[in-house]
Amino acid sequence: MKKIGQPKKFIVKGKRLDGRKPDEMREVKIKAGVLERPDGSAYLEWGGNKVLAACYGPREVHPRHLSMSHKALLRCTYNMAPFSVNDRKRPGPDRRSTEISKVTRQALEPVVLTNLFPKTAIDVFIEILQANAGTRCTGITAASVAIADAGIPMKDLIPACAAGKVGGEIVLDMFDVEDNYGEADLPISIMPKTGDVSLLQMDGNFTEEEFKKALNLAINGCKEIHKVQVNALKEKYGGN
Amino acid sequence: MGVIKMDNVLSNIKKDYIVNLLKQGKREDGRGFDDYRQIELETGVASKADGSALVKLGTNQVMAGVKLKLGEPFSDVPASGVLMTNTELRPLASPTFEKGPPSEDSVEVSRVVDRGIRESNCIDLDKLCIEEGEKVWMVFVDIHALDYRGNLFDAASLACIAALLNTSIPKIEDDRVIYGEVTKNKLPIIEKPVETTYAKIGSDIILDPSLEEELVMDSRLTIATTEKGEICAMQKGGNGTFSQDEILEAISKSIIKGKELRTYL
Repeated sequence: MKKIGQPKKFIVKGKRLDGRKPDEMREVKIKAGVLERPDGSAYLEWGGNKVLAACYGPREVHPRHLSMSHKALLRCTYNMAPFSVNDRKRPGPDRRSTEISKVTRQALEPVVLTNLFPKTAIDVFIEILQANAGTRCTGITAASVAIADAGIPMKDLIPACAAGKVGGEIVLDMFDVEDNYGEADLPISIMPKTGDVSLLQMDGNFTEEEFKKALNLAINGCKEIHKVQVNALKEKYGGN
Repeated sequence: MGVIKMDNVLSNIKKDYIVNLLKQGKREDGRGFDDYRQIELETGVASKADGSALVKLGTNQVMAGVKLKLGEPFSDVPASGVLMTNTELRPLASPTFEKGPPSEDSVEVSRVVDRGIRESNCIDLDKLCIEEGEKVWMVFVDIHALDYRGNLFDAASLACIAALLNTSIPKIEDDRVIYGEVTKNKLPIIEKPVETTYAKIGSDIILDPSLEEELVMDSRLTIATTEKGEICAMQKGGNGTFSQDEILEAISKSIIKGKELRTYL
């Protein structure tokens, strides 16, 4: 398929188009507790991505029939600002954001101790203010810091990161050109304590060997992100 | 209406029963952990569609229909046809399906099946270009759940690829599509992606979960593979996790299972 704007080469002399090495991540900064109204919040900058996440709860469930007697209802909403991408994004939910909201919730659910707050709701809102590939990973990463900032007990933080294939090579954390014209994308999130995977999506084409390599690379990426998350919380709350 | 939907809930006795059976290496319906339910596939089941198929996984029934329409290509791929995948989870198929706009679940089925078809380059979209930048064939693949008994993903993706293989391109006259008069041209299909879904219950991983198994499962992993034995799409679902080893093992198995599924096409 002929795609307009496709670069001829993705990797020149071992360097990617933005100057990184194949296994190098873009710079990540996270700040916890940046908003006044929510119970917990986080702001994240990751390469060209700018993301806000907020957490409300545990709070009353609306509509009430959704409340559960044995655990809290965890709800996640992923939303892109209309100005966050090149072509203006029509405001409101679409199929993509509906799916991302769902996988975000399922990525976070394994660590949030929802059983401590029966009949309540924990609502997480993710706003993508500026997008440059890998927004679902940035959203999950920021959301888990926001939930921790809200003081909701968790088994672990959830860092997320993507690996993929561009120009036949396995690379970590694609930026927009690589994401648009690359051959494969594998966003994952992990529970750092056990290494278990709580988000896994993939599209493109991988052989079994390539997948294995990409999975390892992405997991290492998640571990690096985890350190940034911990530092963000330490910066606000102190401690070791 | 505030009525509790009991059909979405499994009693603890039933849950324990399923989990205990698995611990003994057994499943409720007598299948092995890596067995599909009986698969039946019929094509050409809706004659007004340009291609169609009905798949039964045991009693789980999904129909897929393909309609072709003339339209404008996307501006970044001006010389390629357009693929659209949609899923209807109508209340007819399950007491838990509701009418109204597409639910989260139906969006997920659409997008995961779509990724399998799109990323494997299953349809040679370049051959669907009639006039670059102006006019191309748009391929609409519509998934219709008829009787939901677990594992929509595999049934839907198999129905879709079967329906695409069954699709003939309609005749065009004076820029108008003459439906009902098909040409001899089949839709150019160059790859047959199939999806296999595993459910994790406790520490056991089983293929093709039934409805009851889906209600008990901790997590789910769908893997789309190609004839070449490559992976073209994946999706983890459910509130649990998978270890790295579990993921890699599921991939190896799904490549083999994919070959088995393709024999039905």
